[in-house]
Amino acid sequence: MAVQAPEAAPPPRAPAVRPRRKLTGYWLILPGALWLGLFFVVPFYSLLATSLYDPNGSVLGGYDMTYHFANFVDAIKDYWEPLLRSLGYAGIATLICLVLGYLLAYAIAFKGGRWRTLLLVLVIAPFFTSFLLRTLSWKLILADDGFVVDALQSVHILGADDRLLATPVAVIAGLTYNFLPFMVLPLYASLEKIDGRLIEAAGDLYASPVRAFFKVTWPLSLPGVVAGTLLTFIPAAGDYVNAQLLGNPNTRMAGNVIQDLFTKTSDYAAAGALSVILMLIIVGMVMAYVRTAGTEDLV
Amino acid sequence: MSGFGRIKRWIGDHLVMALGLLVLVYMFVPIAVVILMSFNDNSKSRNLYAFQNFTWNNWTGMCKPDGMCAAVGKSAEIGLLATIVATILGTLAAFAMVRHDFKGKSASNVIIFLPMASPEIVMGSSLLALFLSVGFSLGFWTIFIAHVMFCLSFVVVTVKARLTGLDSNLEQAAMDLYATESQTFWRVTFPLVLPGILGAALLSFSLSFDDFIITNLNAGQTTTFPMFVYGAAQRGVPMQVNVIGTIMFLISIAIVLGGEVNNRRKARALAA
Repeated sequence: MAVQAPEAAPPPRAPAVRPRRKLTGYWLILPGALWLGLFFVVPFYSLLATSLYDPNGSVLGGYDMTYHFANFVDAIKDYWEPLLRSLGYAGIATLICLVLGYLLAYAIAFKGGRWRTLLLVLVIAPFFTSFLLRTLSWKLILADDGFVVDALQSVHILGADDRLLATPVAVIAGLTYNFLPFMVLPLYASLEKIDGRLIEAAGDLYASPVRAFFKVTWPLSLPGVVAGTLLTFIPAAGDYVNAQLLGNPNTRMAGNVIQDLFTKTSDYAAAGALSVILMLIIVGMVMAYVRTAGTEDLV
Repeated sequence: MSGFGRIKRWIGDHLVMALGLLVLVYMFVPIAVVILMSFNDNSKSRNLYAFQNFTWNNWTGMCKPDGMCAAVGKSAEIGLLATIVATILGTLAAFAMVRHDFKGKSASNVIIFLPMASPEIVMGSSLLALFLSVGFSLGFWTIFIAHVMFCLSFVVVTVKARLTGLDSNLEQAAMDLYATESQTFWRVTFPLVLPGILGAALLSFSLSFDDFIITNLNAGQTTTFPMFVYGAAQRGVPMQVNVIGTIMFLISIAIVLGGEVNNRRKARALAA
């Protein structure tokens, strides 16, 4: 119900009312398109402009447009660490989400039976509790005297003085948790469409279950894998709430820096530049990824 | 297949289900913590992140923390308004996308998809850059504008899915029975799409109510519930926020399950 990969829609059939080239279509799409144009597309232009302002401007004195491209160089020089952390943390969280999400989506699609709908509702149910409250709960679960740390210490995975809270592990755990449903839903949409007879056929042809999985199920689920990893990676890379609540000053991600530059130090030019860089990196990675994965009909 | 193979297969089958359920349990652990903490009495100790004593006080004195219920009210107000506008605009757009042909359709498709695939921090800072450059003062209306913007795409996708899955034979039948185009729409098409529209509205409201990153950048002096929680997290969260979290969770589960029960009853009535 929530996030469905666009390609998850059932194949189009001939609608009763045949599409007509009349003005009605324009009138229907116009209000929504206008809203997105004004408040989604135009802002990108504003952001780009902001990123080229004179970095010496201030809120009171105003900002001069000086086409200061050096803002980008400065932003990378000053903030390459949070940028790399954003990509790294989001990348690791996405991989873990893929493993966990695949298990869950597979279980629901192939073993769910008549419980499928209920199980899917359960997958999106966490969305109905505040994102911030769920993240704060992890603070409690991973706390120094909490049972997770105790358990890990008793099996000597963690030393007596080691902790989880305020470490990169906690930040990645938080990211994994928060964006897992975004992985499960598109994976499920893909897996559910697979004809079970194909997998049976592989078995009949003496493929082991593992081999059948990698030769049949996995390739057929690739559109879901691509959509799911994108829907997980992109918000995770831009997130700063997990790093703020579960991390420490050394786990700051690009989002934390952008947020602070905008709201605390009012350094709009640098904030704009960093925002543009983050967007460009993500768009670049997404395009490269989609090309290698070979699902260009994603949009 | 040999007996051994069958045993291995049985384990394999049930292992997947067991692991899947384990993942599901993992998704619910933090929610269980939120519910548990709504009964936590931490008045005697300064440790905010451990369960101390059981109490009903957080539930009976829900609005005690300064400004919390005002923030909840603000979130509900914005959520309701943004949901209504986003649902109307998004439903119209979904009809345009599925039922009509027009130039720029694929471009519209891309623009509708992009907000769902953009990091919130980038969308939020872009909007902020726009508001700052045109000198729009930040507050209720800037939050509203932002929320309608990011809810719209989700509404379009949800309603579109319902609309494409529609059995067109029903509309054909109505037309064959001499229903006019508008009768067909209001008597057949609209009631069939309505569950999709309601689902989209529910989704919009929870997205809006829950949004933090974009809201925080564009809120000015206005405080929504997530902003209240974030602000409180720096000092120590009052346990009452967990009461709000629990109530939200219960309400939405009730709505979703209610819808599901209603569907099943209808299906049974049709089958009978």
